[in-house]
Amino acid sequence: MSMVETTPGAWEPKIVAFCCHWCTYTGADLAGLNRMNYPANVRVLRIPCSGRMNPQYALDALNKGCDGVLVCGCHPGDCHYSTGNYFARRRMLVFKRLLEYQGLEPERFQVRWISGAEAGKFRDTVTEVVEQVRALGPLHLNHELVLSGMEVE
Amino acid sequence: MSRIGVFICYCGSNIAGTVDVEKVAEVARTLPNVVHAETNKYTCSDPGQAGVKAAIEKYNIDRVVMGTCSPRMHELTWRKLLADTPVNPYMLEVANLREQCSWVHKDKEVGTAKAIDLIKMAVAKVDKLSPLKSTQIPVTKRALVVGGGIAGMQAALDIADAGYQVTVVERETSLGGKMVMLDKTFPTMDCSACICTPKMSEVGSHPNITVKSYAEVESVEGYVGNFDVTIREKAKYIDYNLCTGCGACTTKCPTKVINNFEQGMSARPAIYKMFAQAVPAKPVIDAEHCRKIQENKCGACAKICPTGAIHYDDEDKVTTERYGAIVLTTGYQLIDWKPLYPEYGGGKYPDVITGLQFERLVNASGPTEGHILRPSDGKEPKNVVIIKCVGSRDPHKGVAYCSRACCMYGAKHAHQFLDKVPDGRCFVFYMDVRTPGKGYDEFYMNTLQDGAQYLRGRVSKIYKEGDRLVCLGEDTLTSAQIRIEADMVVLETAMVPAEGVDKLGSMLGVTRDKDLWLTEAHAKLRPVETNTAGVFLAGVAQGPKDIPDTVCQAGAAASKVIGLLNHDHLESNPQISRVNEALCQGDGACVNICPYHAITLVQKQFRENSQKITRTVASVNPGLCQGCGACTVTCRAGAMDLLGYTNESLMREVDALCQW
Amino acid sequence: MTTYSYFPGCSANSTGISYTKSADFVCKKIGIELEEIPEWCCCGTSAAKLTSYDLGYALPSRSLALAEKLDASRPIVAPCAGCYAALKDALVYAQASKENLEHVRDMINMPYEASVQVMNLLEVFSTQEAKDALQQQITKPLSAFKVACYYGCALVRPVEVCKFDDPEDPQSMDTIMRLAGAEPIDWSFKTECCGAAQQMAVPKPSRVLIERIFQNAEANGANAIVTACPLCWMNLDMRVKAINKERAEAGKPAFDLPVFFFTELLGVALGGDAKTLGIDVHFQPGAPAFIDQKVKESAQIEEERKLAAAEEARKLEERAAKLAAKKQAKAEDVHSPQGGEQ
Repeated sequence: MSMVETTPGAWEPKIVAFCCHWCTYTGADLAGLNRMNYPANVRVLRIPCSGRMNPQYALDALNKGCDGVLVCGCHPGDCHYSTGNYFARRRMLVFKRLLEYQGLEPERFQVRWISGAEAGKFRDTVTEVVEQVRALGPLHLNHELVLSGMEVE
Repeated sequence: MSRIGVFICYCGSNIAGTVDVEKVAEVARTLPNVVHAETNKYTCSDPGQAGVKAAIEKYNIDRVVMGTCSPRMHELTWRKLLADTPVNPYMLEVANLREQCSWVHKDKEVGTAKAIDLIKMAVAKVDKLSPLKSTQIPVTKRALVVGGGIAGMQAALDIADAGYQVTVVERETSLGGKMVMLDKTFPTMDCSACICTPKMSEVGSHPNITVKSYAEVESVEGYVGNFDVTIREKAKYIDYNLCTGCGACTTKCPTKVINNFEQGMSARPAIYKMFAQAVPAKPVIDAEHCRKIQENKCGACAKICPTGAIHYDDEDKVTTERYGAIVLTTGYQLIDWKPLYPEYGGGKYPDVITGLQFERLVNASGPTEGHILRPSDGKEPKNVVIIKCVGSRDPHKGVAYCSRACCMYGAKHAHQFLDKVPDGRCFVFYMDVRTPGKGYDEFYMNTLQDGAQYLRGRVSKIYKEGDRLVCLGEDTLTSAQIRIEADMVVLETAMVPAEGVDKLGSMLGVTRDKDLWLTEAHAKLRPVETNTAGVFLAGVAQGPKDIPDTVCQAGAAASKVIGLLNHDHLESNPQISRVNEALCQGDGACVNICPYHAITLVQKQFRENSQKITRTVASVNPGLCQGCGACTVTCRAGAMDLLGYTNESLMREVDALCQW
Repeated sequence: MTTYSYFPGCSANSTGISYTKSADFVCKKIGIELEEIPEWCCCGTSAAKLTSYDLGYALPSRSLALAEKLDASRPIVAPCAGCYAALKDALVYAQASKENLEHVRDMINMPYEASVQVMNLLEVFSTQEAKDALQQQITKPLSAFKVACYYGCALVRPVEVCKFDDPEDPQSMDTIMRLAGAEPIDWSFKTECCGAAQQMAVPKPSRVLIERIFQNAEANGANAIVTACPLCWMNLDMRVKAINKERAEAGKPAFDLPVFFFTELLGVALGGDAKTLGIDVHFQPGAPAFIDQKVKESAQIEEERKLAAAEEARKLEERAAKLAAKKQAKAEDVHSPQGGEQ
């Protein structure tokens, strides 16, 4: 049982999880079907493929108050669209380095591969990320630094 | 100004147990542009759906948020519902209040808070969606089958029998593929030619089937329902309208060429029919070896031809036609074991043969008329060693997979040898004996009864001493070193994909696995479909299998094709990429990233500053685009967007969730 | 003149004396200098690795380090296949990673970069330079020799270490023999084990290993076996006597195949005599006589070949002359008024 359900009013981490429709979103549904429990600090945002994940969304989320971003897709080799997660893997790797260069803690931006069958892995990942971000505390961004030149259209 | 309707479901107590549904609806009513929010006990039931429809009409709603179970469950239901209303079916966003909220949290307060957030996100997103219309794609009611082996023939016959036109493209000069080379088929031992050649003539004479032999697919354009396929028919140098197939020409040709159909164990003339029952039953000239064509000498065949059908100046014929569906049945070839197994002589010993060579040796119409005689000296071998898994299950040298049919045809070869050479001895070296299939294990047991000696282990070396081949190996069950003096060795070699399948696959956007087998769309649930809509596969092209499985799969692929061709039009998925041509720089980054070859660069005229200019811009083919969105991220100019998941709508969703 | 650092190995002045003598002779003839590595020690061979892998790497690495000190730019030549395998294995080990190199340095307590190349004698004679020199110097082509080139196991395997010839059907020795005018036969036991040290531990069952090598060489028409390893040579040449005795008891014919080092035959082709080359100290006493006999036969064959070639040239010339005459006649025919139909 997560802290949020026992101590209302205290600071709670906000995490957004960008999940691909075919694998991780399905896995998250399966976690529900199996009545698994995980912290309510995560909001899942459905995208068709992890290849659709634009780094701008993560920047936006971090800028506007999220404490962590999780990007999830099919396991490499299992992409519904053949190659989308390979592109996602490369993009997110470079993007993560950029964020870390900018001073963001590595735990606040994570990429995981979770299949439609891995309900348990979804629960564990969410729980783990929430606890890691909780340990880091709220994200205080130097807004101007990250924002400069990266505003969305 | 949009008019959003929010419908929140109790789902009995499934959602309502952990989420205060009424409170969620109350908050929803306060959200911008929401004109109506209501709750329902079971929204998906008939009365529930009727209620939604009524509310849409009453409040003049133009977009909808459904706070229900997962969109994976009911998104399509809601779309169908909206199709009956003035609301566009794509002006819909589902907030997953059950699988990802009520079922995973226990505290009602927490659940309610999260549900409110999910509704806020959905409202924010739906506010920025625009109506989408699926386009109608016409379906050309003809199918193309690539490969005229047993898989291709079966698929072609099934589709043609359903009343559709089929073209079969076969690379060789005759239909039949590998099956027609075989002598007998396990486990029933019926003669392969007896069951294969009737199919060939059926295909050849079917009113709905056109056979293009000695032909290859050169290029493919288009998409499901509308593939423009260019086929190159190689010059045959014979006018098939005049040729009666009498065969007089083949008797007069002085040239001798290695006969590939007989696996190199005999010779054929330069003008030849692949085998006696070939379909089409007419010869072709092998230009590379024809003296007339190469050196302008000879010309014997033209002199003897009674109908004057031979034209030495014939040329390749290239045609482009449109097909609605394509079935790939390109089959296999045997692995080239020679460079891989120098320890087996690497091809030095003519009496070390492959399984397919054995098939021809034992075949009544083969080079020895069915007498098992070894290639080197034409003597009947008394000791035969059969080695299974040569190249298969051997990632170090060949391939990692099991070729699946070899255990059975290995047993068949042992049985056939012992049958034809009653005083012979047969030793089979194996790693495992895999015989799952109806009547298969019984067949293997019978072979053991026949006297075949199975030895578990591999042969480490074959060498020649005198006129015998010494096989050194190990029987791992007794740990004994084995030395067998054999007269002939049969290697049951691995199946590998037919040559050129890699090129064909990339032409069609069909993926290949690491061994270059064509990949099905889903290993379990879509076994004959590919990732490219309208392209299906069957037979060994998808992976090693035996004849019954191949025929099964061919029938399955045919039924999928028939289902597709049965439509006059297809509805395209409207949630696809869209180019903002004003922003597009025409750099083609999206073209390279698209796994479906759905994007091309086109020259387009624009009017800028009251001047006509021509620019290169990207263009998305709605029949090919599957809506993955990879191109949207790769576009440096931000000109690509994914309808239904637009940048703007997703950013609004992010904004909304940040407010929690 | 090419100079190599030379690692003689322990057999160089004992059982392999013929190899040493003949290699010296051939190298001098074709301008290869072998400079012995000072203070080289035992390579450890396969026995050291059975005690400990560290020992198995340390012993050859010490000699490699000494060779580096002598001249790091020169390759090491190890004529013995066992020495070659041990040295090269140690080199490949040290080159595989920085940690391995560090570990070896710690063990031998010497500066060591794992930079020298290790070669066997076949490799040395396979260089274009050596081949060219051999070609020029050969005075007595070995035309009557049908040799079975026996490489043994250590020269070409493991492939990952040796990387110099095909592990199943190596060709380097065959090429060299062909160069010397001999006919290498195609046979199947080029790289099969000769039994090596097992011949001392369990002599009787191991003899089968030697017997089948002789048998296959004979079955494929060889009249001599050629080796590039002192241990192989010794096992074959010394133990064939016992094998023949056993075969006689079993009523089988004896093997009559002398065993040579490839350098001995090269030496013969370059005009060396049996004593200089060490052929007189073989276990099979018939070796010098065999050489004399075959050299004579070779000379005869060469003579016949020369005559045949001259005859062939003469015939060709004749044919060309005839053809030219015919052509001329035809040309005249065309010009004559009655020409053509008659």
